[in-house]
Amino acid sequence: MAVPKADELFKSIDYTPPATGWMETPVDFSPGNWCYPAKPEILKSINFPNPREWSPEDEDWKLPPNWRDIVHQGFVERLEKYRSLKLFMDICVRCGACADKCHFFIGSGDPKNMPVLRAELMRSIYRKDFTLAGKILSKLTGSRVMEEDVLKEWFIYFYQCTECRRCSLFCPYGIDTAEVTMMARELLHLCGIGINWIMEPVSNCNRTGNHLGIQPHAFADIVEFMVDDIEEVTGVRVKAPLNEKGHEIIFITPSGDVFADPGIYTFMGYLMLFHYLDLDYTMSTYASEGGNFGLFTSSEMMKKLNAKMYAEANRLGAKWILGGECGHMWRVINQYMDTMNGDNQGPQMITPKNPVTGTVFHNAAATKMVHITEFTSDLMKHGKLNLDPSRNDHLRVTFHDSCNPARAMGLLDEPRYVIKNVCNNFFEMPKGTIREETFCCAGGSGLNTDEIMEIRMRGGLPRGNALRYVQQKHDVNMMACICAIDRATLIPLANYWAPGVEICGTHELVGNALILPGEEQRTMDLRQEPLPGFEDEDDDWTPPNA
Amino acid sequence: MNALYSLLFVFLLVFIPLFGVGLGHLNTIFGVCIPMTAFVIFILGFAYRIFKWGKSPVPFSIPTTGGQQYAYDPETFKQSKWDNPTNGFQTFVRMALEILTFRSLFRNSSASLHEVKGEPVVAYASAKWLWLFALLFHYSFLVIVIRHLRLFLEPIPFFVNGAEFMDGILQIGAPVLYQSDLLIIAGLLFLLFRRLADAKLRYISLVNDYFPLFLIIGIAASGIYMRYYAKVDVIAIKELTMGLATFNFHVPANIDVSFYVHVFLVSVLLAYFPFSKLMHLGGVFLSPTRNMPNDSRIRHHVNPWNDPNIKPHSYEAYEKDFGPMMAEAGLPLDNPENAKGTEEA
Repeated sequence: MAVPKADELFKSIDYTPPATGWMETPVDFSPGNWCYPAKPEILKSINFPNPREWSPEDEDWKLPPNWRDIVHQGFVERLEKYRSLKLFMDICVRCGACADKCHFFIGSGDPKNMPVLRAELMRSIYRKDFTLAGKILSKLTGSRVMEEDVLKEWFIYFYQCTECRRCSLFCPYGIDTAEVTMMARELLHLCGIGINWIMEPVSNCNRTGNHLGIQPHAFADIVEFMVDDIEEVTGVRVKAPLNEKGHEIIFITPSGDVFADPGIYTFMGYLMLFHYLDLDYTMSTYASEGGNFGLFTSSEMMKKLNAKMYAEANRLGAKWILGGECGHMWRVINQYMDTMNGDNQGPQMITPKNPVTGTVFHNAAATKMVHITEFTSDLMKHGKLNLDPSRNDHLRVTFHDSCNPARAMGLLDEPRYVIKNVCNNFFEMPKGTIREETFCCAGGSGLNTDEIMEIRMRGGLPRGNALRYVQQKHDVNMMACICAIDRATLIPLANYWAPGVEICGTHELVGNALILPGEEQRTMDLRQEPLPGFEDEDDDWTPPNA
Repeated sequence: MNALYSLLFVFLLVFIPLFGVGLGHLNTIFGVCIPMTAFVIFILGFAYRIFKWGKSPVPFSIPTTGGQQYAYDPETFKQSKWDNPTNGFQTFVRMALEILTFRSLFRNSSASLHEVKGEPVVAYASAKWLWLFALLFHYSFLVIVIRHLRLFLEPIPFFVNGAEFMDGILQIGAPVLYQSDLLIIAGLLFLLFRRLADAKLRYISLVNDYFPLFLIIGIAASGIYMRYYAKVDVIAIKELTMGLATFNFHVPANIDVSFYVHVFLVSVLLAYFPFSKLMHLGGVFLSPTRNMPNDSRIRHHVNPWNDPNIKPHSYEAYEKDFGPMMAEAGLPLDNPENAKGTEEA
């Protein structure tokens, strides 16, 4: 399943629907079209039903014998629990405004990737099971009986939706495909159908505290390495407190920042900033994950994983929580956290107040949790940071709005404010591809796995093409973002659609620009690449024929 | 195929009153019984659907935010109040703009693929036709409904006379041409044409989509026929309709059969309405991605089925699990015993 070359893939996109109706068009189950199923031991570790070895390629998915009943009952239960589901099953008029808003449709042309049709995959069953017209006039009203083929089709297409909610912005009734996808995935889980790329992080996060399963001592080691690297670049040894009690703030960021390049440079940026401020804070290995793959699994799992944040704040006696750069993490915090777990806030928690500027974050009065770009922009506005933006002059930067902070929060101007304070060269991608209309990295909602790389590259076309535009027009060579999944997924995306553009977190740029007290003259950036003017330093190599 | 079925079905519906009244002389059935029944179905059905939606809670606050949030410093970061509301009033304005001006549809764009100098280009163009014609259709429908109130109210309220006056203000022809008659037909034909012409839309369109379009076209066409061609006896019709409104049923003779066709199609629409996608009329008011303020970080939102028994994997269990390694890495332990590990235990 080699991914075709970019221009070949682009030429292969055809928006003409197949000759057969969508109910008659079979689904392609060849490898590359699906994510690997969750391993049985993973499902067992979190008590999910029907753990077993199976493959989507097989005819027999080893469903429980009463799977139809399970799905039906699960559907009934969710219709009673979620007005959104009931409403979104009923009121779509199939106007098609959503069709070409989905990155997966734009890049694939597969009509089942039109949000309206993705939802119809489920509505067709709803109409059959729950409406009178659907029961009697089956075919004409777009209803069908739940068969194994339908369930299999759900697995393919509800794992080709990144829950980015771009369609819901354009829908005249606000129908949100993310809600439909979430419900479909919950129903699939009831039958033991899930993907490993989501369920393993869920299981890890539950036990070890983070998606990657980094155990506490290893976590401490990695953080220590980063402290070393910061010293290498700046000559300053920053502190990095872990699991310490009695600090004002607990800082929680996605574990991708600890583990993966280029997230680690963002993490270094955080450490440097906190050191600069002499911030009274700690991090935690128990709550070492900001992200929450429970959001992509079930509401119960989301609550269970999220509950660690307040639990750990209480145990350590922290008064409020500072959150790192992560997309879906902030959807959970903004739209779910206080509803699910607000009751578990300890009495020590207060409305967050920036200890350096005195700013009270009233907009986080309920959650007690502040986004790092809110925190940093506040410092900048009050002139509390000594910055040298010219240390980012080798970078020509654009900014990718992550779906969730954009469309489930509205955190649009704060990160831009931060970037513009630390970079002299900032360029926006075209209108229609940024801010609330931003395009997904095509790896959100747990789809950032390599076995579906072609699907990801197809879905990445709109973002990649907008990036290509600013690369050609403004020589952009760096795309900043505020999401750990983006920092992983946008790299292959940029390599594919706009080769030459690198990806960074916003606080990597802050780290580069921030002048630490007592630091040595910087000759390289946090990636340990030479700054302009220092290219030859420690470098004996001379170009041939020079 | 789905379009054809729907068209045929509407034709069939036209024939029912033609035969029923034209040949069968069942004027009372078609003039009173059927419309009254349909009206009752509409009212009860509509209420039932709203009640049924309302019965399910909104467990989470899930507005789709369409602009800058209410920031900690609203002066530096100007809130996009109508697209990302945080309080009741702002949310009300967002809903009003959505319902009265179809704001989300106004955002509509169309994506297309091009090759420019051998480079792939994805282009987005503004696409407001759907917005425009949808607006024309819905507002014309509203004006027509208001105009028709004159048949059910005595004395006729000022806003009905006003709507009628404005609608005929161009003073073309006799009887005066109502612009809404033209515009609703234009809107409907565009919506139908779009559904048939766009391959993507044709692919997803069901009988549920074509049938109401053809039905409403039939209603509009029969109404236009009555007014401008058959020139039906409006006085007699008002006698009948006032009878319906006052439950004092009376069916005057000499009402043209086209009236019964019109009334029958309207009856079908009323009875069909609560069980169809047309319920978006009621549903849009309840849509949680639009009618909720983005304030769940500021104020507590209650989930009635939130399960307090769901607890995180506890720190105690975690420390037990990893105690020895934590001790070795110099991480503080709540229970020093855990440094020894659990192997022996």
